[in-house]
Amino acid sequence: MFSYYLRLAFKSMGRNPILSALMVAAIALGIGASMTTITVNYMMSSNPIPEKSEQLFYVQVDNWSPHNPYDDETGFPPTQLTWRDANNLYNAQQGTRQTIMAKSGGVVQPDDQDVKPFEAAFRLATNEFFAMFNVPFLFGSGWDTQADKNREHVVVITKQINERVFGGDNSVGRELTIAGHTFKVIGVLDTWQPIPKFYDVENGAFEDIEDVFMPFLLKEELELPSWGNTSCWKPRESDGFHAFLNSECINFQMWVELLDANAESGYLAFLNNYVNEQKSLGRFPRPLNNKLSHVMEWMEISEVVEEDAKVMMWLSLMFLTVCLLNTIGLLLAKFSSKSSEIGLRRAVGASKKDLFYQHTVETACIGLLGGLLGLVLALLGLTGIKSLYGDFATKVANFDFTLVLLGLLLALISSIAAGLYPTWRACNIQPASQLKSQ
Amino acid sequence: MLKMTNVKKVFRTDLVETHALRDFNLDVKEGDFVAVTGPSGSGKTTFLNIAGLLETFDGGSYQLDGKCVSNLSDSQRSKLRNEKIGFIFQSFNLIPDLDLFDNVDVPLRYRGFNRAERKARIEQSLEVVGLANRMKHLPSQLSGGQQQRVAIARALAGEPRFLLADEPTGNLDTKMAHSVMELLQNINAQGTTIVMVTHDQKLAKEVQRNIFVRDGQVSELHSVGDIPSAAMA
Repeated sequence: MFSYYLRLAFKSMGRNPILSALMVAAIALGIGASMTTITVNYMMSSNPIPEKSEQLFYVQVDNWSPHNPYDDETGFPPTQLTWRDANNLYNAQQGTRQTIMAKSGGVVQPDDQDVKPFEAAFRLATNEFFAMFNVPFLFGSGWDTQADKNREHVVVITKQINERVFGGDNSVGRELTIAGHTFKVIGVLDTWQPIPKFYDVENGAFEDIEDVFMPFLLKEELELPSWGNTSCWKPRESDGFHAFLNSECINFQMWVELLDANAESGYLAFLNNYVNEQKSLGRFPRPLNNKLSHVMEWMEISEVVEEDAKVMMWLSLMFLTVCLLNTIGLLLAKFSSKSSEIGLRRAVGASKKDLFYQHTVETACIGLLGGLLGLVLALLGLTGIKSLYGDFATKVANFDFTLVLLGLLLALISSIAAGLYPTWRACNIQPASQLKSQ
Repeated sequence: MLKMTNVKKVFRTDLVETHALRDFNLDVKEGDFVAVTGPSGSGKTTFLNIAGLLETFDGGSYQLDGKCVSNLSDSQRSKLRNEKIGFIFQSFNLIPDLDLFDNVDVPLRYRGFNRAERKARIEQSLEVVGLANRMKHLPSQLSGGQQQRVAIARALAGEPRFLLADEPTGNLDTKMAHSVMELLQNINAQGTTIVMVTHDQKLAKEVQRNIFVRDGQVSELHSVGDIPSAAMA
């Protein structure tokens, strides 16, 4: 009977094309608005590394002022580490793997005279970065522990930079002048853009990944500038680059890979011991307040999904409800115009259940058409968001298969829900009262 | 075939209580062709609705083909209507955007016949009413008489044992009314029981048995001449 009901649904829609179009448009508007905001929220809150997000932990230790907590509202410790703590914790090698990192930048000068020098963002990191975050390589690989220790001038560049500087060729082994120093290219990344850019949400959760990756200690060696957020709770003891590195200013991030809950509690105990040691040296004046957060906890703490986006999503869902209320009215009008047909069907043997099924298929068809049109509207909405907000929105304003499915499912469920009352009314039409009145 | 004993039907509003049928008794045998006449508001249509299981009743008993219908559920009543009863209405009640084939198909869909069975039955019943060559036409492309023939074909397609006709010629001119009447008589001759409500005395005259309904009660008439003409006005 399903195919029969499907045919009847399309005939019925054709009978009242304007009414049907209004219903489809009402649902489409609601779905379009909802899916636009749901998409942004979904992409913002998606798990960027689902295969190991429970094993990667962001490290926080509380080196902040004795007088004021770092975060008045939550009491959470500082979101970044000092140079000294980052190095100490890394050198202790207490996790299965760990990496410390920072953002920097400088000028890249290609050898090819036709390619103009340009400014590039650097990610300073220890060698484990690539393996810990499952970073894909197009050519070559990352550096090793020795390269970190020896502060070797080696770099991994992105696919885009490789295209720009080397025309997309395998550039492994080639040289490149970066920040006035000669570097050897040892790896080229394949396409990689975690959304959110979880490894450093402090410097923009939806920013592009950096153009160049190099050993962490080159920060000190080359006195590379600090890009991104730097916070200090007390003035530096003196000016100069090394004074900054020795200060209580935070600009560095650390991730540690821990395979199970025991390893996690063990690492937290290690952090507490470390802080107690530092206390004896006159640092860390606040009570113990160290924290390990796995990837999704860290996204939550960092409020990667902005409050505005959540509010917009709820508003758009309310708008969908208003659209559905309109659809209920239109369905009531549509089904009441079919009273005589419903009476006839009842007379010739249709049960209430048959009619309920028939009209539910009809509302489902309207809902699906509305859903499809709604997805087109959502695409337009997302395009609008991209043009309004630029780069940031480009990464979060995109559909994937799950979202298309979600949009259609939302349209289907909401239209069927909207159709319940009109369908129930239609099924309860008294046939006797309709058959005389045609 | 149809046996009503002391059937009562009361319509109630907040202010008024209307007794549409009171102690309504009727026994229609298999193969009968019964014409039901009576003045407007006498209860003819209420009787027809109850006989067709389109309405419930408030008292008495009703047996259709030997089965008591008082306590049937909605789906049981629908099934019984579908299998045993064919309806013919004054205003044809065809679905305007379905062609003749699909209109006749409507009751068969709810019977659960397979495609081949439905096709055979639709073609056969449209053949009986002389419209087999117009299966793909829409109702609006037919005359009133032809539309009523389609309605008859729809009623016949399920091979019901019992046809209920409510003013089947009420919207037709004399010539077409005569032709529809002839068709009904042929159907009756083949064994289908027919109960027809009509205002038309001439039509009633052509029928084997006449029932006159007044104030919700039945009086059996032996000949159409017994119908009080003032009452039929």
